[in-house]
Amino acid sequence: MLLTGLGAAFFYLFAFVAIASAVMVISARNPVHSVLYLILTFFNAAALFILTGAEFLGMILLVVYIGAVAVLFLFVVMMLDVDFASMKRGALDYAPIGAMVGIVLASELLIVLGAQFIGVGQPGSVASPTPDPLTRTNTAALGDIIYTDYIFFFQIAGMVLLVAMIGAIVLTLRPTRPGVKRQNMGKQVARKVEDSIDVVDVETGKGL
Amino acid sequence: MTVVELTQSLNIAAPELALAVGSMVLLMIGVFAPKDSANSTVTGLAVALLIGVLGWMVFFDEQGTAFGGAFVQDAFAYFFKILTLVGSIVALVMSVGFAREEKFDRFEFPILIILATLGMMLMISATSLLSLYMALELQSLALYVIAAINRDSARSTEAGLKYFVLGALSSGMMLYGISLVYGFTGHVGFTEIAAALTGQERSVGLLFGLAFLLTGLAFKISAVPFHMWTPDVYEGAPTPVTAFFAAAPKMAAMAMLVRVVTDAFGTVTGDWQQIIIFISIASMALGAVAAIGQNNIKRLMAYSSIGHMGYALVGLAAGTVAGVQGVLVYMAIYLAMTLGTFAFILAMRRKDEGNVESINDLAGYAQNNPLQATVLTILMFSLAGIPPLAGFWGKWYVFLAAVEAGLYPLAIIGVVASVVGAFYYLRIIKIMWFDEPESKFVSAAGELRLVMGLSGIFVVGFIVFGGPIAAYAENAAKALF
Amino acid sequence: MDAVVASYLPIIIFLVVCIGIAAALLIAPFLVAYRNPDPEKLSAYECGFNAFDDARMKFDVRFYLVAILFIIFDLEVAFLFPWAVSFGEMGMFGFWSMMVFLGILTIGFIYEWKKGALEWD
Repeated sequence: MLLTGLGAAFFYLFAFVAIASAVMVISARNPVHSVLYLILTFFNAAALFILTGAEFLGMILLVVYIGAVAVLFLFVVMMLDVDFASMKRGALDYAPIGAMVGIVLASELLIVLGAQFIGVGQPGSVASPTPDPLTRTNTAALGDIIYTDYIFFFQIAGMVLLVAMIGAIVLTLRPTRPGVKRQNMGKQVARKVEDSIDVVDVETGKGL
Repeated sequence: MTVVELTQSLNIAAPELALAVGSMVLLMIGVFAPKDSANSTVTGLAVALLIGVLGWMVFFDEQGTAFGGAFVQDAFAYFFKILTLVGSIVALVMSVGFAREEKFDRFEFPILIILATLGMMLMISATSLLSLYMALELQSLALYVIAAINRDSARSTEAGLKYFVLGALSSGMMLYGISLVYGFTGHVGFTEIAAALTGQERSVGLLFGLAFLLTGLAFKISAVPFHMWTPDVYEGAPTPVTAFFAAAPKMAAMAMLVRVVTDAFGTVTGDWQQIIIFISIASMALGAVAAIGQNNIKRLMAYSSIGHMGYALVGLAAGTVAGVQGVLVYMAIYLAMTLGTFAFILAMRRKDEGNVESINDLAGYAQNNPLQATVLTILMFSLAGIPPLAGFWGKWYVFLAAVEAGLYPLAIIGVVASVVGAFYYLRIIKIMWFDEPESKFVSAAGELRLVMGLSGIFVVGFIVFGGPIAAYAENAAKALF
Repeated sequence: MDAVVASYLPIIIFLVVCIGIAAALLIAPFLVAYRNPDPEKLSAYECGFNAFDDARMKFDVRFYLVAILFIIFDLEVAFLFPWAVSFGEMGMFGFWSMMVFLGILTIGFIYEWKKGALEWD
């Protein structure tokens, strides 16, 4: 089955750029460039999501992964003052093992795809079928069920985010250093002339 | 979902709701309380909350399915939830003295324990791949933070990082498996998956999904070949955290594994049985052999727990009611023995050196403190599976189920492994009783002595009150079939 | 798939025009501008000295905390989009569902604030 048409052309474009930039992520010499290629990969993955009709996922990929996760990666790359050039040199030693894992995964994917063509075990009925994007947009269709039918998962997601928040603070927040001078706006505004200026009569030649 | 359905669901999931709300209330109490008393206040309230939920679960037996079939409260869930809560409570109580001495008394620790326990209870009750994954992530995320909670210690940080990287990898594999299962059956609910698998011929893709799913689950119970993280994390994490890791999450992960394979894949028993038999044999063998060379008692307990997971899986491999009953009994006994042993490890404390972790530090324990040494000896004999102690009966149930199911080789390998594995437990006993005494440990805290005593009584007395526990376990196992 | 592409046609045309102009402006200098490359033009200049050390230095770990808290709230906001889009269909149940979710995150926010995680030092 070979895809044809305008959609297929865009699919091949995005898929090719995604794979090429993914290769660049691991082969770029400069780690900052790696992160930038990673962002390009994310962009193309988002475009692929949109092509398949999962617009919301595509947009979330843009907002969350490119807007936040990639920034975090940049921080980490800059935070770890590692000599990446020497690290990269060692990385090639693992190439045979990496290639082997890749081949295994690829062959598994082929088998799975093959099984689909043979036609064994077609997906059964789906719990909430995706409505036609022309009548109800992808985002709205998700919104219709997440907050009501799937409230259980939604609230667990809230708890997971809470744990993430506690965890980030527990692991990285250092107690404030002593002796740091802070601005206290209330105190500043409440200051009066009487409290801050002392008028002193100084006799000539004596000093204070 | 309507408001009425939601009220019914919340009624069934009341213990979980109490933990969720309680953890948030405690977070607010901890952050608003004065700094020097925050930890003790929150720890006390956290223990009270967990005991309250445990009491609620024992006395109010509200069963049923909730949230549109994503959550179930049945006898099986009750059994494992009670074990999990006991593990969490005891680990939390045992942490009090240690946290004070080692200066990691932070009020977030009990709150993270509660949140992890909430995740575990949701895992035990999960009857859909979606709720299973969400609950697992809630639990794992809290555990990653707990492992690294002593952030000024390089070993604790290393343990947290290792656990996180490998845990994330296994979660990813599991998610891949879940998506394959969903793709080939069209469902995420366990009963719907089981229904979809009857009649139609299963596909290769589904088998891959099942294999990936089991990979992720095997990682969580630290079964071979996905055990590599266990010794390092056990050794690196602060000891009360290790006690917690060895107890509660194991219960939840085992419950989840049993429920997934019997509920969702109960119709394709032959497919998962091979995998379970393999990881069971590998775990038993590695647990028996690799622990022999260990000198750090926490690492030794890590290999011991890997082995014990292997024995418990023998029961699951049988795939019958008797087998699952064996798993339940085995896990209950494992919990009691592990918590007891960790109470001793926490009590290994010298005035000048602080906590010590080497097996050789136990030398002469028998002369210095004969009573405690006797209890520890009993626990070691039980871990080795010597009759008539509890550890023997646990093995008895699982091996018997395997024999009844016709899995003779598996049972024989199990018996051989437990004979080999007995060696390192006996070595500890030998060091305690026959080696030249070292300087004394400081006298153990009251809560540690209590845990030691209770687990000793459980191990010795199992022959008396083991019957009711086994009957309760059988009742729980029947809920799955 | 073609229908999806068709609905994004304006933005595709826009992107093509953008890329075309940007490419033209990048390529034009190569063809028409005066070039005289010299390694000194690319070397680091630090008040006449050679550079003392690498410009890359360690970032404070506090940047990381800010970034990760941002991600968490970013994810929270991500949940608000479908909620807002289908708000009319879900009724009060969906409204209160989101309020509980936001309540959980507000608890986390209060915790953060009181711990001083939002202050720089």
